[in-house]
Amino acid sequence: MDLSHGSEYEAFRTEVQQFLHEHKDQAPRGENMRSRKVLDWQRLLIDNGYTARTIPREYGGFGADPDILKGRIIAEEFANARVSQGLGGQGISMLVPTLLELGTEEQKQQFIKPTIEGEMVWCQGYSEPGAGSDLASLRTSATLDGDEWVVNGQKIWTSTAHIADWIFCLVRTEPDAPKHRGISFLLFRMDTPGIEIRPLVDMTLAANFNETFFTDVHVPKHQIVGERGQGWQVANAILGHERDSLGDPNASLTRLNALTELMKHETMGGQRLIDNPVYRDRLMKIQGRVMAMRFNDMRVLSARLNNKNATLARMITKLQGTELRHDLEGLAIDIMGEVGLAYQDNPYLRDGGSWQSQYMYFLGLIIGGGTSQIQKNIISERGLEMPREPKVEKQG
Amino acid sequence: MEFGLSEEQTLLADSVHRFLEEQVPLERVRGIATGEETDGSQSVWQELADLGIPALLIPEEQGGVGLSQLDAAVVAEMFGYHTTPAPFIGTAVMAPIALKAAGDDTTLAAIAKGETTVGVAIGEAVASRLDAGVTSNGERLTGKCVFIINYGSDRYLVADDTGALFMVASDADGLTHRPLTTVDRTRPSGELVFDDTPAQLLSSDAATFEAVLDAGRVMLAADTLGAAQNMIDQAVAYAKEREQFNRPIGSFQAVKHMCAEMAASLEPCRPMVWYAAHALDEIPEEARLTACHTKAHLAEVGTFIAKTSTEVHGGMGFTDLVGLHYWFKRIGFNRQMLGVPELVREEAARLQGLVV
Ligand SMILES: Cc1cc2nc3c(=O)[nH]c(=O)nc-3n(C[C@H](O)[C@H](O)[C@H](O)COP(=O)(O)OP(=O)(O)OC[C@H]3O[C@@H](n4cnc5c(N)ncnc54)[C@H](O)[C@@H]3O)c2cc1C
Repeated sequence: MDLSHGSEYEAFRTEVQQFLHEHKDQAPRGENMRSRKVLDWQRLLIDNGYTARTIPREYGGFGADPDILKGRIIAEEFANARVSQGLGGQGISMLVPTLLELGTEEQKQQFIKPTIEGEMVWCQGYSEPGAGSDLASLRTSATLDGDEWVVNGQKIWTSTAHIADWIFCLVRTEPDAPKHRGISFLLFRMDTPGIEIRPLVDMTLAANFNETFFTDVHVPKHQIVGERGQGWQVANAILGHERDSLGDPNASLTRLNALTELMKHETMGGQRLIDNPVYRDRLMKIQGRVMAMRFNDMRVLSARLNNKNATLARMITKLQGTELRHDLEGLAIDIMGEVGLAYQDNPYLRDGGSWQSQYMYFLGLIIGGGTSQIQKNIISERGLEMPREPKVEKQG
Repeated sequence: MEFGLSEEQTLLADSVHRFLEEQVPLERVRGIATGEETDGSQSVWQELADLGIPALLIPEEQGGVGLSQLDAAVVAEMFGYHTTPAPFIGTAVMAPIALKAAGDDTTLAAIAKGETTVGVAIGEAVASRLDAGVTSNGERLTGKCVFIINYGSDRYLVADDTGALFMVASDADGLTHRPLTTVDRTRPSGELVFDDTPAQLLSSDAATFEAVLDAGRVMLAADTLGAAQNMIDQAVAYAKEREQFNRPIGSFQAVKHMCAEMAASLEPCRPMVWYAAHALDEIPEEARLTACHTKAHLAEVGTFIAKTSTEVHGGMGFTDLVGLHYWFKRIGFNRQMLGVPELVREEAARLQGLVV
């Protein structure tokens, strides 16, 4: 353990606190991700190194060396102030790291800066009606016609497709190759002719994801990441990043602080919820889990920087992180009793109704990005080297 | 900057692991637990003294190695992994903290050489059960301690009802004691009864008591980390070998998922124990809270793994034959001692000003 809690870090914490003190009022609170307020805040955070911190300057980031403790301090201070630590979303959390790893220089130049600034919004076109957990069986096709790919097929559950500028999309380009080797990874604009989007309402009653149909969609040949037929490998690199971001322990910390605050104000029979020993114990239990996941996160980060092996620690983050978050949101609902049911325009709504919506949303994330069951398959088969399922050949 | 074990710590873990694997395998643990090898845990301790284990935390000036609590946690983890019968937590971790505070160099030197062992009787100052408890006049103790740690040691670290810490020789006047059988036979427990018993006051500073307690809790958690890891290893190995329906049971998803859940819940416990142990020495402002949460969280995860690993083994898990129950009980012991989860979590809440 080499965690120098030196004066440099004390000073850094003060600096972050000072920043928050001065700029807290500019922070967005639930505004549209396209609004000026959100975009200005994002730029301000990048300029100060509080988001996109380690993205190189030449691609519009802050360009700092990775520093686990500074990352932790930023997360803690933003969580304490309950202020947004900038934009997330599939472009920032998945595509950017993948382009940094596998993109051409041209692609990096073109896409990273506008994406991290929130100007270019992405959606992820992976899942299809017949290809969910078994993603590699996807059938949306792309055939080369001169200098263009021609894409045909259907995607489903495409989050933010209706507001996205661009899509990163898995398509089958080599129909005769084995299923994992016939896929390519394309990038294209969502206003390309031939794309039709139909909204799907989810259980939170928001229409955040969609069915996306492609009919003869023309895509310039060079808008491919990796080689032809290597899309599965590219996607897996991305899925790793997605899984890292889905159960973010720092976001859990922010919610834990909000829950503690809630318990100090909400009452039952005139008694504050925090004064109820049963509820307090449940809060502490969740706090212990959040703490463990934050240390796990620091370990994974440190291992990456020091070229140490922490495969299992990384493999478990999506499973543990999303389940934890779902439990945390559910705890708030539980202890509020009937008030926990309030939704939408209910005058007794607490924290903007976020407890119910996040509780449901995180059930969605338990399913999305590889279900908890699929995560357990991966952990047991790849992490613990247990025997694979016997293969079933398709009949007929 | 690095969040993780150093090269030296990994080597330390490996060498303790290899030693225990060869010298104190399950058959020997079994012999000691069932009383076939009398004085077994004392002789194991002697062997460990040759490796320098009792001297880990003792300063070099007193003949020790002068290592950190994180090093001790790494060793505790290995002891849990092998269900090692040895008076480690009391002698090598908790007592030295109090002795250092008192400046008792002689006893520290004796511990470092492996010449004396120390049991710990502070449970009553944490939460008194059976109406037990000890009062003192600063020189003499009266009262009773139950379910002490490392019973059968040469001396005992005792807390009175104010949290002041004393050292008492096991043959002191007015001290009677008897063993108390618990489910965990790898670490003897017992009862001490004091009747105006002469005692050496080590510290009446609350901070010393807390430091001793926090370290004890983190070491119990580290012990559980090791024990639970072993139970996962055994479950995974068994699931790959055992066949039913013409397949290894490990190819059944139900079994795989039990194993994945165990691994997924234990993995974050590892950096949690590291951090908690590191904080004891280096980050005092976080040490108390992290110790409480680590103790409670490891107890919960440990209990889940103890149950699940046993289930993966089917009927074999329930038998004495494979001895899986030694780990099961070890984890149970660590959970109950120095505060069950509900108790330490309440302490965590109090530390954050959440209890009025
Ligand atoms: C909120 C949300 C947002 C999403 N956003 C996007 C997006 O932006 N882009 C995109 O491409 N996709 C998106 N998805 C789709 C998501 O990735 C899929 O829903 C997910 O991979 C599961 O596929 P499926 O829905 O077809 O379920 P299925 O694969 O049909 O699974 C149904 C059940 O069967 C289980 N199951 C299936 N196979 C196995 C197996 N081998 N072993 C054990 N159990 C198994 C699953 O665990 C699950 O319980 C999103 C989903 C959600 C919920």
